[in-house]
Amino acid sequence: MTDTLLVSTRKGLFTVARESGRWDVAKVDFLGDNVTLTLTDSRSGGHCFAALDHGHFGVKLHRSTATGWEEIPAPAYPPKPEGLEEDDAWGRPLAWSTARIWALAAGGADEPGVIWCGTLPGGLFRSRDHGGSWEFVRSLWDNPLRKRWAGGGADLPGIHSILVDPRNSKRVSIAVSTGGIWLTEDAGATWTLRGEGMRAEYMPVELTHDPVSQDVHCLAQCPAAPHRMWVQHHNGIFVSSDEGKTFTEITGVEPSAFGFPVVVHPREPDTAWFVPEIKDEKRIPHGGRLAVTRTRDGGKTFDVLTRGLPQSHAYDVVYRHALALDAGGDRLAFGSTTGGLWVSEDQGDGWACVSHTLPPIYAVRFA
Amino acid sequence: MTRVIFTANIQRHVGCPEAEASGRTVREVLEGVFAANPGARSYVLDDQAALRKHMAVFVDGHGIRDRACLSDAVTETSTVYVFQALSGG
Repeated sequence: MTDTLLVSTRKGLFTVARESGRWDVAKVDFLGDNVTLTLTDSRSGGHCFAALDHGHFGVKLHRSTATGWEEIPAPAYPPKPEGLEEDDAWGRPLAWSTARIWALAAGGADEPGVIWCGTLPGGLFRSRDHGGSWEFVRSLWDNPLRKRWAGGGADLPGIHSILVDPRNSKRVSIAVSTGGIWLTEDAGATWTLRGEGMRAEYMPVELTHDPVSQDVHCLAQCPAAPHRMWVQHHNGIFVSSDEGKTFTEITGVEPSAFGFPVVVHPREPDTAWFVPEIKDEKRIPHGGRLAVTRTRDGGKTFDVLTRGLPQSHAYDVVYRHALALDAGGDRLAFGSTTGGLWVSEDQGDGWACVSHTLPPIYAVRFA
Repeated sequence: MTRVIFTANIQRHVGCPEAEASGRTVREVLEGVFAANPGARSYVLDDQAALRKHMAVFVDGHGIRDRACLSDAVTETSTVYVFQALSGG
């Protein structure tokens, strides 16, 4: 089990550690700065990457060293061809410039040094040298359907989920908000649009089932059973038994099928966790009661887990990267927009509050 | 040589001491400074080498007009100030 959590917040990176059965803040890095995401690469002795967004000064990337942190190049878009005018799906000029690092994933065990990075406004990057340099995955950017990707919650479209197939590192699935699910089977040379069966009821009827119009909030894949994928979608919860080729909608989920994150058990493909909110018009917990939902039977039934979570006037929103499950499958943690951080040691049956006064939390990861 | 002065706010993230460089445009002068201090470049310019959206450059007290190509003229006696617009919480 993992005894360390990395909590990315609006005002710094908080390392939370478990000592004598109790979780507490052990270290703060980048205090005062906007840390949006981290990745711990267990293949390379625990290299950690931290994405920062300095606003005026742009998006930056840092890598841990033996003594602290070093800034490394952030993924940067290639020069826009002279004379090319490109608008986004809403008709606004699209800047070829990294607006946010929204996904970081280590490559397979057989390709040490490979790191994938997804960004707003939709560019995918790969490093082959532990983040020392980045190559732009041109094949995806040049796909004509990429121009139909659109901003959802953010102004710009972005890649937020990157899943490297544990059986074959050349197979990588990504998910886009909004832009559906895409798969490469040749390490990024070519891409196929996936996700038949997802549904966006708020779209014009012609586009309701259009795979590229789907607003996937988060995509998760069971490591021991990669055929099983779970999607927390803007429109609800969907499950796939064929690696994301087709999905089935899970209906009747109480208190809600709306939310942002999903995590799946590392060995039990039918077990997954979600954080429900009142759907998109409000995006707050139902009745001010914070809950996590868990299915153990592939979505037929859900447990509503509330023990240890605030059940009165709680308005915590949990973003897509802010729910984490450790590799053992028992420990969970999540952080909220109002600075609450909770940990469970028993698959979500009970929760302990680590803090309710942290800065707004964007991402939680077991180190 | 043209003087280039950076905002104090950037110094917390990357060292940008006052510098001098030669050139006929803001682009030429700034690229001269960044050649000697490459880590600072991405803090001021975006991926397309345009001035970042919330950055500002003044030449002798006047804001530059060409934020994309940085073609505004400078002289050897000019002073270039690189600022940011503070906002947010």
